[in-house]
Amino acid sequence: MRSDEPAPLLAVENLATSFSTPRGVLRAVDGVSFTLAPSEALGVVGESGSGKSVLVRTVMNILPRQAQVAAESRILFEGQEVRDRRGAAARHFWGAEVAMVFQDPMTSLNPVRTIGRQLTEPMRHHLGLSRRAADTRAAELLAEVGISEPVRRLSQYPHELSGGMRQRVMIGIALSCSPKLLIADEPTTALDVTVQKEILDLLARLRTELRMAMILISHDLAVVSGRTDRTMVMYAGRVAEIGPTAELFRHTRHPYTAALLRSTPRIDQPSHTPLEVIAGGAPDLVHPPPGCRFAPRCRQARPRCQQEDPALADEPGHRYACFYPVGTEAGDRALAENLADGRTGAGLDLTPVRTDRSTLDGAVN
Amino acid sequence: MAGTGKAHLRDTDDVVLRVEDLTVRFPAGRGRSVQAVSGISLDARVRETVGLVGESGCGKSTTGRAILQLPPPTSGSVRFDGTELTALRGERLRRTRTRLQMIFQDPISSLNPRRTVRDIVAEGLRIWHREGGPAARRRVDEVLDAVGLDPRLVGDRRPHELSGGQCQRVCIARALVLEPAVVLCDEPVSALDVSVQAQILNLLEEMKQRYGLTLLFVAHDLAVVKRVSDRIVVMYLGKICEVASPDVLFARPAHPYTALLLRSIPELDDGSPAPARTSGELPSALDPPSGCRFRTRCPRAADVCARTEPQLRQTGPDQYVACHFPQDAPADGPTAGRSRP
Repeated sequence: MRSDEPAPLLAVENLATSFSTPRGVLRAVDGVSFTLAPSEALGVVGESGSGKSVLVRTVMNILPRQAQVAAESRILFEGQEVRDRRGAAARHFWGAEVAMVFQDPMTSLNPVRTIGRQLTEPMRHHLGLSRRAADTRAAELLAEVGISEPVRRLSQYPHELSGGMRQRVMIGIALSCSPKLLIADEPTTALDVTVQKEILDLLARLRTELRMAMILISHDLAVVSGRTDRTMVMYAGRVAEIGPTAELFRHTRHPYTAALLRSTPRIDQPSHTPLEVIAGGAPDLVHPPPGCRFAPRCRQARPRCQQEDPALADEPGHRYACFYPVGTEAGDRALAENLADGRTGAGLDLTPVRTDRSTLDGAVN
Repeated sequence: MAGTGKAHLRDTDDVVLRVEDLTVRFPAGRGRSVQAVSGISLDARVRETVGLVGESGCGKSTTGRAILQLPPPTSGSVRFDGTELTALRGERLRRTRTRLQMIFQDPISSLNPRRTVRDIVAEGLRIWHREGGPAARRRVDEVLDAVGLDPRLVGDRRPHELSGGQCQRVCIARALVLEPAVVLCDEPVSALDVSVQAQILNLLEEMKQRYGLTLLFVAHDLAVVKRVSDRIVVMYLGKICEVASPDVLFARPAHPYTALLLRSIPELDDGSPAPARTSGELPSALDPPSGCRFRTRCPRAADVCARTEPQLRQTGPDQYVACHFPQDAPADGPTAGRSRP
């Protein structure tokens, strides 16, 4: 950690979470380190299997039983190792100091309990509020998250609310004990675009008002780009690139981030513009490729990428794990050499054949 | 009840699908019913992609399914290649429907987990006895190859051995094997990762060219719909708000609801302040607002909007809007000139 950064609220060091599968050990998160300052918003972007959800579930201590967290992993919250907490301290930590909002507001609410009961439970348990005080606070919370007629809603059940309202209730529950950190795992993926915007606006407003830190996970680069201070791009259980959000999107360095951006349809491009595809499929995390995990799909890969594992380069603020970063002399040269050869250093064919033929993953699991 | 107008329907010879006044009503318990689709008219020309967009509950998927008679609509007409589909029953309907195929949202759950890829793709051929034995097998392998799957590699595998993107390729192969004229794609990429989504969108475009397909593309993601469509139909609460070509629609939306949708899309590097909030939630389809259904959320709503339902009318070249107070085209739009109908 650099000295010019404030003392972090959360420091994750060398986090590794694996699962035993019949085929072997699957390293879902493999050596991830990052810090989060108080009231900072960090966006985490990645595709399925990138490890973003396992990462935050490790922090939240809600992993399935068969998951293994490596002994040398550190999760420090205000300087204290959270995995050492036991009993009441652990319950208080995960109940009151860190809260989480999930993707699907229907399945994360209990269908047979009223909204009021679900909202007041954590406050009565963690804050020791009386029933009446908790009810009053619950109505206030519903008003804060933009729900009309809050008092009447307390006696309603989840199925009586729309998807957007249910997600507001979830956010209300998460905020009920004034957490210092809110983890939002794809909070708007199940919602319509107009509702998504309202929920993202709500999260942004509450974060400023309550000076709360936030980790916002999304597969949608655009969602993260407008709503976070820093962005972390994950690929195959590792951090590919991390940096101040505006900087990362303006001067994208990792070829994976760049490829992801090019393959995202954007409304500012004319209709029928062909999308660039990323060749191949996500790597097998039981037997990850040697060297850089993105090398087999990377246009800029050189022979070195398959032999050595690039570490996160330590450029101030903006860091990336790549030997031949996009927009640098080394990267441009690597791409030029690969194009001249017709194939990358990792053997990916770069001759312009039918684009989608090359997408057939050689590795059908 | 008045429909939302038919000004946007075309009378050219290459219209392969013409839907008029389509209405779908579902029972909603206690003797009530809900009209999921209320008098929709649309058409599609050969090799055209018509995008249907709108939020959940707007009736876009129901419209698509009713066109395929799954289930048949409550009322209205669906003419496909000169045949009135709503008049067909039983085997004649099923036989005609082989030429209208469908691709679903969740590629994994829409494939039978016990069957091999080759079996899944061959099933339609087997049912209709189009080709038997080696000919059928050749045809299946040919289609698998066309969608970017190596038949030798995946032909004998089962869906759980494939990735989501590969499963969607199998679904596309299954739809194409019967040589359809129209393919309904119902949120075909919304369950897929961004990089896989790009592969499938490019594949659909390629298949459209190769097999001369007409696509009905139902999706909630406007950037995706813009990418694939030749014409976009924006729906709200079972009605059409606006019909336009993609570049026109995105450059200068005429309906306030289209404008709201476009403003809501998160954009990369978007540091701009949030626009004025549109208040309120989607009204219940059980009891839709009178007149214009969007008026309860519309910043422009006036008395007339509650009394009279707006009809679709032309506001520009290839742009039709059902609104009493459509947004004026900004002068700096790419196509500033507007023709009066």
